Amino acid sequence: MSDHESTYVPKTGIEKWLDTRLPIIRFGADYMSLPTPRNLNYWWTFGGILALCLVIQIATGVILAMHYVPNTEMAFASVERIMRDVNGGDLIRYTHANGASMFFIAVYLHMLRGLYYGSYKAPREMIWIVGCLIFFLMIATAFLGYVLPWGQMSYWGAEVITNLIGAIPVVGEPVLIWLRGGPAIDNATLNRFFSLHYLLPFVIAGCVVLHLWALHAAGQNNPVGILIPKDRQAKDTVPFHPYFTVKDGFAIILFLMLFALFVFFMPNALGHADNYIPANPLVTPAHIVPEWYMLPFYAILRAIPDKFGGVMAMFGAIGVLFVLPWLDTSKVRSMRYRPTMRTFFILFVIVGLILGWCGAQLPDAPVIGTFKTFTLIDGDLNSYLWLTRFATAYYFAFFLIIMPLVGLRETPRTIPATISEPVLSGGDAEMKG
Amino acid sequence: MTLQTNIRAMKKTLVLIAAAAGLTFAAQPALAAGEAHALRNGGFSFEGPFGSFDRNQLQRGYKVYREVCASCHSMDLMHFRTLAEPGGPFFDSHQASPAENRWVKALAKEVQIADIDTETGEPVMRDGTAADRFPNPYPNATAAAAANGGAAPPDLSVMAKARHGGANYIYSLLTGYAAVPQGLQIRPGQHYNMYMAGDLTPFMPEGAHVPPGGFIAMPAPLTAGQVTYDDDTVASVDQMAKDVAAYIAWASDPRQVQRKQTGVGVLIFLFIFAGITYLSYRRIWKGVAH
Amino acid sequence: MAESVVTENGEGGDATRRDFIHIAAGAAAVGAGAMLAWPLINSMNPAADTLALASIEFDMTKVQEGQQIVIKWQGKPVFVRYRTARELQEAVSTPLSALKDPEADADRVKEGHSQYLVVLGNCTHLGCIPTFGTGDFGGWFCPCHGSHYDTSGRIRKGPAPANLVVPEYAYLSDTRIKIG
Repeated sequence: MSDHESTYVPKTGIEKWLDTRLPIIRFGADYMSLPTPRNLNYWWTFGGILALCLVIQIATGVILAMHYVPNTEMAFASVERIMRDVNGGDLIRYTHANGASMFFIAVYLHMLRGLYYGSYKAPREMIWIVGCLIFFLMIATAFLGYVLPWGQMSYWGAEVITNLIGAIPVVGEPVLIWLRGGPAIDNATLNRFFSLHYLLPFVIAGCVVLHLWALHAAGQNNPVGILIPKDRQAKDTVPFHPYFTVKDGFAIILFLMLFALFVFFMPNALGHADNYIPANPLVTPAHIVPEWYMLPFYAILRAIPDKFGGVMAMFGAIGVLFVLPWLDTSKVRSMRYRPTMRTFFILFVIVGLILGWCGAQLPDAPVIGTFKTFTLIDGDLNSYLWLTRFATAYYFAFFLIIMPLVGLRETPRTIPATISEPVLSGGDAEMKG
Repeated sequence: MTLQTNIRAMKKTLVLIAAAAGLTFAAQPALAAGEAHALRNGGFSFEGPFGSFDRNQLQRGYKVYREVCASCHSMDLMHFRTLAEPGGPFFDSHQASPAENRWVKALAKEVQIADIDTETGEPVMRDGTAADRFPNPYPNATAAAAANGGAAPPDLSVMAKARHGGANYIYSLLTGYAAVPQGLQIRPGQHYNMYMAGDLTPFMPEGAHVPPGGFIAMPAPLTAGQVTYDDDTVASVDQMAKDVAAYIAWASDPRQVQRKQTGVGVLIFLFIFAGITYLSYRRIWKGVAH
Repeated sequence: MAESVVTENGEGGDATRRDFIHIAAGAAAVGAGAMLAWPLINSMNPAADTLALASIEFDMTKVQEGQQIVIKWQGKPVFVRYRTARELQEAVSTPLSALKDPEADADRVKEGHSQYLVVLGNCTHLGCIPTFGTGDFGGWFCPCHGSHYDTSGRIRKGPAPANLVVPEYAYLSDTRIKIG
């Protein structure tokens, strides 16, 4: 794949002229004819879906920025003006707001696919690392964007999250004031958040180019997880277009149906009612929760009984992803052939969901019934605090202990020599495209 | 690959997406669950994917808002002209534009708007126009709080979106004033409402059963027959509460019904689009093992 | 694009039907793109609050003879001028043949109110605001590029191609006009 030779032949005079000066048509044509493993299943369609998500967010965001006023006195009303007075503004704003959630649904599934099929392993480490960077930038962008409507959750979310910076020893306090542009979240903060919220998506787009560049340098992974030898290329690959354009296209339409369901029929289901109350620096909402896609990390933050420790754990939960390629000691990529690891992986997904659930609960609330057991490190054992702690422990253990050890000790199943082998023999029990 | 495995694969993906979405939904009620009663159901016509507003109800609701609520509550994000937007209470298919609607112009004229005289620069009061915002009963938030025992009446512009339960919450709250439960220590200027968010445990005697609900600074605002409806509907407290809740739900998102109607069309289109693309996909992959 | 694959597969029998499916899928994709793009483009059209301010009313008794009042309508200046008898005389007596953009003064005012001239205050050249009394024709002069207008707001000299625009307006009563 990486040494895919160009088959593009410029036909017209203009194409020939352009081809020696700016071979952009060749670039596009090569991309479209890229040999792609033909056994890619539907889990591989999330890349295309994510590209569309980014385009939708940027397109709607640019339009919203034309109508939005980044001023503490006017931000809330300007957002509602978009909903009421701007032509189609309600659709654009709800698309943008729900688009963030859709983006995260897709990115989590995309990441889990990479994790399951070992897409981060050599020679694809850079694809994964750039991907992690994109994920981190997405979180930052989503957080900045959530502040802009200047509702109660916007304000208090910004207050709580920027205060994390204050946890850093010595420099924390001055950095915090610098970040906010004053002693409190105010107009200066809103303006810089708006500016950065507009900037970061384009940084993400740049990273996406690097992500794809790395992908084409190393070649696509596939569900079997083996590299396709050169002499098998003709048999085991198909051109990206039309085979995967149509497959991605089909998946995108299904995804858009889910998207439309939210935008048109339950646009506020994923949001929080308190964000329709204008920001009030004098009143804190009873229960501050971030958007659903941040909940697992928010839970990890709260699991640690120390302010700075919590912040470190939260950033560590994302940071550990960056070094994942070197934590996995297995020689086998796809977990299809790693039954032990697959069990741990499924547990990991469940733990991720539990962390998300815990992030939305009051830490002191009991998990089972209403009874109390005994108190240990600031919390009753039968509380969400302790459930979160166990889940957090598993989250880190999965990467730092299970992954290196299982890779060394497990006996993987026999890996097919070619990707055609399982395809032609009828495949295995697993889901295929 | 057969059609069956393909569909199975698709289903699995969808189930996963649904599960992810489900998690977020499941997380919501957990946040909403307070000590309050389950909300009363107003049986509103605008609920569900095909629901739409009852125009007469919206007109009645506007009257309740104007004659009762508006004396304390602002609705800063509402303009008179919005009342004549398609789907609104006073929409008229013959109007040149919402701002030219005759009923809305008449309604706007009933209120006085603070303005600046263009020649003298002096503050003046003038008749409202369709382009005007609803006037705020107080000059600023501090004045609103001072006039109401320290608790400023919240703005009602997006109230149905700002509370869990939306219109049903507003309906429940307005009809949720009950006799003060035995033993509840109620502070002056506070009222007991069984749908208000809050926890009354600290205000009850030790060990006593804690009633649902919380304290609210607003006294019961509605009394039977307070408003004279133009369409001969009997103005019971329940009726007025329901009507004004519907009106506030509309005002909180005036385009919601149109959006749902558009959504039905969009989903039908996407469904057909998906079918065609799937057929195209089957054709292209025909004979390619994968 | 997609059609080429069909021929490659070489199952020619029902080629037209297959082509149709691919073309239909492509067309639906283009349709979906247009559906996504249209609300975005349309959102840049004037919003409801802007449109609601499309008309204003003005009391003509505020203008005294020989004076002009500038009012703001749709974000632009409108000159409301109470012309003196001499100015009116000049405007009426100018032969149409002397005009670059021939238009009788009577067509630029409302019948029975010919002393009042209501024009948009933007020069028809590139939109600057002309000042009154400094031009060669007793009317307005645009300092940006030197266009001269007469007492009826008609272009007489300079680069402007047309007369100052008379907006749509009507007398609601003897002394009150509604612009827009």
